[in-house]
Amino acid sequence: MAITFLMDGKEITAEDGQTLLDAARENGIHIPTICFHEATTANALCRICVVEVEGMRLLQPACIVKAAANQKVQTRSERVVRARKTILEMLASTMDLSDAPEILTMMDEYSADASRFPDTQRRESEVKDDNPMYVRDYSKCLLCWRCVQVCAEDAQYTFAINFDGRGYETQIGTFFERTIPETTCVLCGQCVGVCPTGALKPKREFLLEQGMTPDQISVLNTGRKKRK
Amino acid sequence: MSEINLAPLTPAIEKFIPLGRSGLLPALHAAQKIYGWLPQEVAAEVAKSLRVPLADVHGVIEFYSLFYNEPVGRKIIRVCTDQACALKNADGLLRHLCDHHGLEPNQTTPERTLTIEPSPCLGLCEQAPAALVDDKAETNISLVTDSKVSRLSSKRQETFESAAYELGRPRSIVGGSLRLLTANCGNGTTSLANYGEYAALNKALTMSSEEVVNEIKASGLVGRGGAAFPTGVKWEGAANADGDQKYVVCNADESEPGTFKDRVLLLDDPHRTIEGMCIASHAIGATKGYIYVRGEYPYILPVLETALTEARAAGYLDENFDIEIRVGAGAYICGEETALFESIEGKRGFPRVKPPFPTTNGLFDKPTVINNVETLFNVPFIIAKGAADYRKVGTEKSPGSKLFCVSGDVAKPGVYEVPFGVTLRELLEMSGGVTGNLQSVLFGGAAGAFATSDHLDVKLTFEDLRAAGLPLGSGVVMVFNETRDMRDVLKRLGHFFAHESCGKCYPCQMGTQRQMEILERVANKVTLPDDAIRLQDVGWTMTDASLCGLGQTAASAVLSAMKLWPSLFVER
Ligand SMILES: Cc1cc2nc3c(=O)[nH]c(=O)nc-3n(C[C@H](O)[C@H](O)[C@H](O)COP(=O)(O)O)c2cc1C
Ligand code: SF4
Ligand code: SF4
Ligand code: FES
Ligand code: FES
Repeated sequence: MAITFLMDGKEITAEDGQTLLDAARENGIHIPTICFHEATTANALCRICVVEVEGMRLLQPACIVKAAANQKVQTRSERVVRARKTILEMLASTMDLSDAPEILTMMDEYSADASRFPDTQRRESEVKDDNPMYVRDYSKCLLCWRCVQVCAEDAQYTFAINFDGRGYETQIGTFFERTIPETTCVLCGQCVGVCPTGALKPKREFLLEQGMTPDQISVLNTGRKKRK
Repeated sequence: MSEINLAPLTPAIEKFIPLGRSGLLPALHAAQKIYGWLPQEVAAEVAKSLRVPLADVHGVIEFYSLFYNEPVGRKIIRVCTDQACALKNADGLLRHLCDHHGLEPNQTTPERTLTIEPSPCLGLCEQAPAALVDDKAETNISLVTDSKVSRLSSKRQETFESAAYELGRPRSIVGGSLRLLTANCGNGTTSLANYGEYAALNKALTMSSEEVVNEIKASGLVGRGGAAFPTGVKWEGAANADGDQKYVVCNADESEPGTFKDRVLLLDDPHRTIEGMCIASHAIGATKGYIYVRGEYPYILPVLETALTEARAAGYLDENFDIEIRVGAGAYICGEETALFESIEGKRGFPRVKPPFPTTNGLFDKPTVINNVETLFNVPFIIAKGAADYRKVGTEKSPGSKLFCVSGDVAKPGVYEVPFGVTLRELLEMSGGVTGNLQSVLFGGAAGAFATSDHLDVKLTFEDLRAAGLPLGSGVVMVFNETRDMRDVLKRLGHFFAHESCGKCYPCQMGTQRQMEILERVANKVTLPDDAIRLQDVGWTMTDASLCGLGQTAASAVLSAMKLWPSLFVER
């Protein structure tokens, strides 16, 4: 069944049960997303996709909220822009965004000031290079949860990774910080595939960035195989 | 590492194995009781026994403040450093204790004899300063220092000799202008023999489930846990929901700073909660109940266990409806209803997105009624006397009575029961009056707002408070006299929310941290240009865009302070 509603003053027709994000995309209205991914269960946690829905006290995450008939939705109201801009500025004062081009583009789009919040405690972490498949640099982690989700019920049922800490101190981690080969990880690489930043990076790409040549890397790989 | 003997673990966690993942928190509590902390081998054994992935067990241990994955002392002293205790020099107490033992806060002595930690509010605010020494509450602490020993001493021991107050169990200070809910409070635990039969339950059992729901609806009762949702409507939703299994959950997580009423109710009159839950189970057709008690209330557990045993012996609880106690592990967020469900299910306390709501998809995804302790306390009264009689107390729009947790600068802090409609001034007078001159009142809790002398004549009802912009919250009335530095109060609020954010959604995960950082600058009087605007943007973003009630209210008190005292937030 089709329903119609207003988005940014434009009349939109959507399927009953469709999310606001979906309906917007089909109608050429751009709503930014960070945590949302087709392959993972939507948790609506980044809140960058929030929109203003008339009659609702709080902003609503477009990635999970369903379109309803005759609703009036604003995707760029003052409140929406303030929330998005502040979230982006807080991200920039928290983590290393150098390997997150999509977020940097968003920052431009919302005129977000990367140095808006001075003197903050940043989330820093050492690069973890402990397996032949991928390298983990959680200073670049956005905490989108996708890697944990695909490692668990959303895909692989491997349950190698979960969370350390809570609140601002949350980080992706393994059982008592074991190295990846000491976990249940099967090196399927699904987490690397869904990571939106350079926090999870294929080993090869990492080594190339470190200045190694492809030849040097293949020798390294053979070496590893022999030892096995 | 090899010195860890796993032999005692198996018998201790055996009974939780059939619960599967839901047995995780109870099993970790049991394991920690044996080892003092949770070494890797122990966590791995628990994981194997309960068939929970290792990484998930680690994630759970990491989430809850009261679980330790590093060695701690065999004795742990947790000193409350939240607002009410801070007024009574909690920082000095913590400093003194640490100095005496040669420790820094959060450190353990080399022989693992002692760990000293600062703690968020322990729910003992009317007897500040307070601490939890292992399982025992220490209240009204004054330091007794002679040449050799420095120890915590509690004034309670000298002043209250009554056998009802055993060591480690805080006393109950109850006052007010009427005693409907608190009829049995103030004289130690009321046994089933003294409580009498569950007359309201017996009456409810002669009524249809619909009649019970209608009576609750007619009473106008709304939830006392903070959200003020109509209880009858909630019950009706769960009663009408499809489900082979339904649950009744009592929310006794009480971790909102300044709140301590549920502690008093459960310790002194546990049967009223149980009776309320039994009536709810009849109304919705539930077969199982849970009481989720915060981990910082260990002394309530034996009282509840005894009461449940009495209720089983009397036939009120049986295989058709029984109640299990679950114990939290140091996480304010687990008072949020969906996070509480996750916690019972053995997970990190992450709130779920709503909808769907608990009435259809609650605990274990089944229809669930979750109510605050005080809400449930109203239920037997409504059923026994009838909604019409119940409505004789209070106002038209706010029927019944309300418990207020009065703490801070008043002569007689305590739990005060009053009919809805008394004024703030009258409540403060009942509490012995403000000591010094009133500066402000933190109203509703850390998630509340500040009131000033301008609000003294506001009537304490849902409607009048809403008009005055004051949330009733969990009934917190924390009083500050004119000598108090509100910057310090704000700094502690900021710290509380940053410590308690679950970290799931971005606005609150980062916003509570940024808010704390700015409030620290405010407290230290080293604000940067534009800090006030930053604080406002962070506050509004949390309020507008956070996933759950924690983030949505984490800036509430701060934003109200910015309106009242803008000069506090700019550099001078
Ligand atoms: C962060 C947070 C903490 C909460 N803590 C509690 C609590 O400790 N006790 C409680 O009864 N409700 C608490 N609540 C409210 C519950 O989510 C829920 O609304 C309540 O248990 C419903 O019971 P009621 O309708 O009887 O009030 C909290 C809510 C939030 C957002
Ligand atoms: S490592 Fe990547 S996929 Fe995992 S939470 Fe961080 S940003 Fe998301
Ligand atoms: S608002 Fe805070 S506590 Fe609630 S889900 Fe978001 S991060 Fe967690
Ligand atoms: S994209 Fe909707 S909340 Fe993250
Ligand atoms: S017990 Fe210290 S503030 Fe509540």
